[in-house]
Amino acid sequence: MSAPAGARRDLGIALLRTMIRIRVLEEGIEKHFLAGDIPGFAHLSIGQEAVAAGTCANLRTDDAIASTHRGHGHTLAKGTSMRGMVAELFARATGICKGKGGSMHIADFSVGMLGANGVVAGGFGLVAGAALSAQQRKTDQVAVCFFGDGATNRGPFHENLNLCAIWNLPAIFVLENNRYASTTSTAETMKIADVSLRAQGYGMPSAIVDGFDALAVYDALGEAVARARSGGGPTFVECKTYRARGHYIGDPERYRQKTEVEDVMSASDPIVRMQAQLADGLSPAEFEGLWSTAREEFADAVAFARSSPSPERDEAFFGAYTGDRDASDPVHAIESRERDEFMPFAPNVGAGSQGSGH
Amino acid sequence: MRTISFTEATLEAMQEEMRRDPTVFLMGEDIAKQGGIFGQFKGLPQEFGFDRVRDTPISEAALVGAGVGAALTGCRPVVDMHFADFITCAMDEVVNQAAKLRYMFGEQCVVPMTLRAPDGITKSAGSQHSQALEGWFVHTPGLEVVVPADAEDAKGLLKAAIRSDNPTLYFEHKMLFPQKGPVPDDADFVIPIGKAKTVRDGKDVAIVTYGITVGRAIEAATLLEADGIDATVINLRTVWPLDYDAIVDAVARTHRVVVAHEAVRVGGVGAEIASFIGEHCFDELDAPVVRLGAAHVPVPFAPVLQEAMYPKAPMIADAARRLVRRQI
Repeated sequence: MSAPAGARRDLGIALLRTMIRIRVLEEGIEKHFLAGDIPGFAHLSIGQEAVAAGTCANLRTDDAIASTHRGHGHTLAKGTSMRGMVAELFARATGICKGKGGSMHIADFSVGMLGANGVVAGGFGLVAGAALSAQQRKTDQVAVCFFGDGATNRGPFHENLNLCAIWNLPAIFVLENNRYASTTSTAETMKIADVSLRAQGYGMPSAIVDGFDALAVYDALGEAVARARSGGGPTFVECKTYRARGHYIGDPERYRQKTEVEDVMSASDPIVRMQAQLADGLSPAEFEGLWSTAREEFADAVAFARSSPSPERDEAFFGAYTGDRDASDPVHAIESRERDEFMPFAPNVGAGSQGSGH
Repeated sequence: MRTISFTEATLEAMQEEMRRDPTVFLMGEDIAKQGGIFGQFKGLPQEFGFDRVRDTPISEAALVGAGVGAALTGCRPVVDMHFADFITCAMDEVVNQAAKLRYMFGEQCVVPMTLRAPDGITKSAGSQHSQALEGWFVHTPGLEVVVPADAEDAKGLLKAAIRSDNPTLYFEHKMLFPQKGPVPDDADFVIPIGKAKTVRDGKDVAIVTYGITVGRAIEAATLLEADGIDATVINLRTVWPLDYDAIVDAVARTHRVVVAHEAVRVGGVGAEIASFIGEHCFDELDAPVVRLGAAHVPVPFAPVLQEAMYPKAPMIADAARRLVRRQI
């Protein structure tokens, strides 16, 4: 295969840049999580970056995506700032969700990112709805659902694929088949090797793509997005990929051999793969430049997060209802009373607490 | 004021809101071609088209999930649950998605979705078609819960639910659909969410209730009149956010309270109200608060069993009478 040239080369470099930014972000998250800077749970998508990069490069800012608990890559690729993300993970008031969401519930509506989701298969309905909304409002927006193989064993997958198919909605279902549902091998949880077979049951066109190859993902999604945008309905794209880290940071990974991870990554690391594809089209200095720029971006984001305040304690009590900050709204008085009644019995709750809750 | 049925009142609310706002649309099972189980959607697709009034597969999780997604992206969907009992098939979508997204995403979004949920005990519908489930959703921060008691409420609260930027559950009792009542002519008639209505003002005892039990409480008040007992009846209209001020006011005026609903008594909305009164109005009370609700069993099929397990007018009147006579 010859090295891509011209616009294709530029695209390859853009995809590589995104993948490197995701890798740097997630390796940094891992480090800071283990150092105790990040409370809660965090799930890394290292090894799967080509799917996020190749997919989102086809999308406009006003297109929607819904992500999973493993959503850092999708969020960054859709256009969320690293500062906003890292501050959120550090539980700061300047986080993109004001420190109320964290890694598993990060969203950025300014770029059409409808949220990571703590519930496996939680994104299907949101994407079906965003696609339905585009159809109702007669726009040419599309909506993309990222999900894992495990989610395809849940009911909402089936209900929403069917709904999108019968209504010809501009939705695209991007499966990141990373071979494991949490810690259980996909081979144990379904009798088919290609999950995309399931799309046929709903009369939905599907494709299988090498999920380590960002250009291949880009091309497959390009077709799917064009179909959706032009009124051709939904598409299912199965990206065969691999999760190089545990299910969560700290996963002892008793369900697989270390050599399996090493074998897959040495053969298929999507960043190495793209570098090889670009061949002479990317100099070593340019390649190193992508890494150093990403590292600077991440260091800046960490500095921003560290210098940002924690949320005010009062913030815990507001934000669930549109009216709860408005003194004239009935819910404001109620939520204020809830706070006032709670506080005297819990004078120390939240005071200086940076714990992870573990 | 005109006298129209509860069904007609909900239809008017839908028509007016769909004319007013092109982003309002409606989806559910058997609603467009069949017109809904209770005829509550008749004629809507003829005026608004089958794109805005959609028949759907039997896929409650997808309908509510898609409702949330559409609400997040510029629409104001109304999703019909067919029977309130089937909300259980979409609990993740209601509880983990609709209720939480605004808060956990730092108020980046609104979820202006309305779920219409025909609920309650009706003629031997049995355990899986008769429940009153509002208590669950009051217990879930992020949701608004309204329960109309009559045609006026039906219209005013449905319009309020549709206009609300918060996800709102609208529990409409199946037995109320044919009932007629006065409804204001004003096309902009909206009942504010979170405000109760004093239906009857009496000095001896307050019956705090909502939904179909309001009618039963009014009947009870008439029974009590014969005994010289003057009862207040509060129609809460909204069970979250609760109108605590109205409750405090009723306690201050009567010093005796019966809380009644058709939902299971244990862990119900009545428990919240009774404990609130205990915490905040202790010195106003002349007697303990009495809670009435369905027995802690599924709703049975046999009419004699069904009728034995939830509060109706004589039971409410009896409780009030005993309170006033200090027999409790």
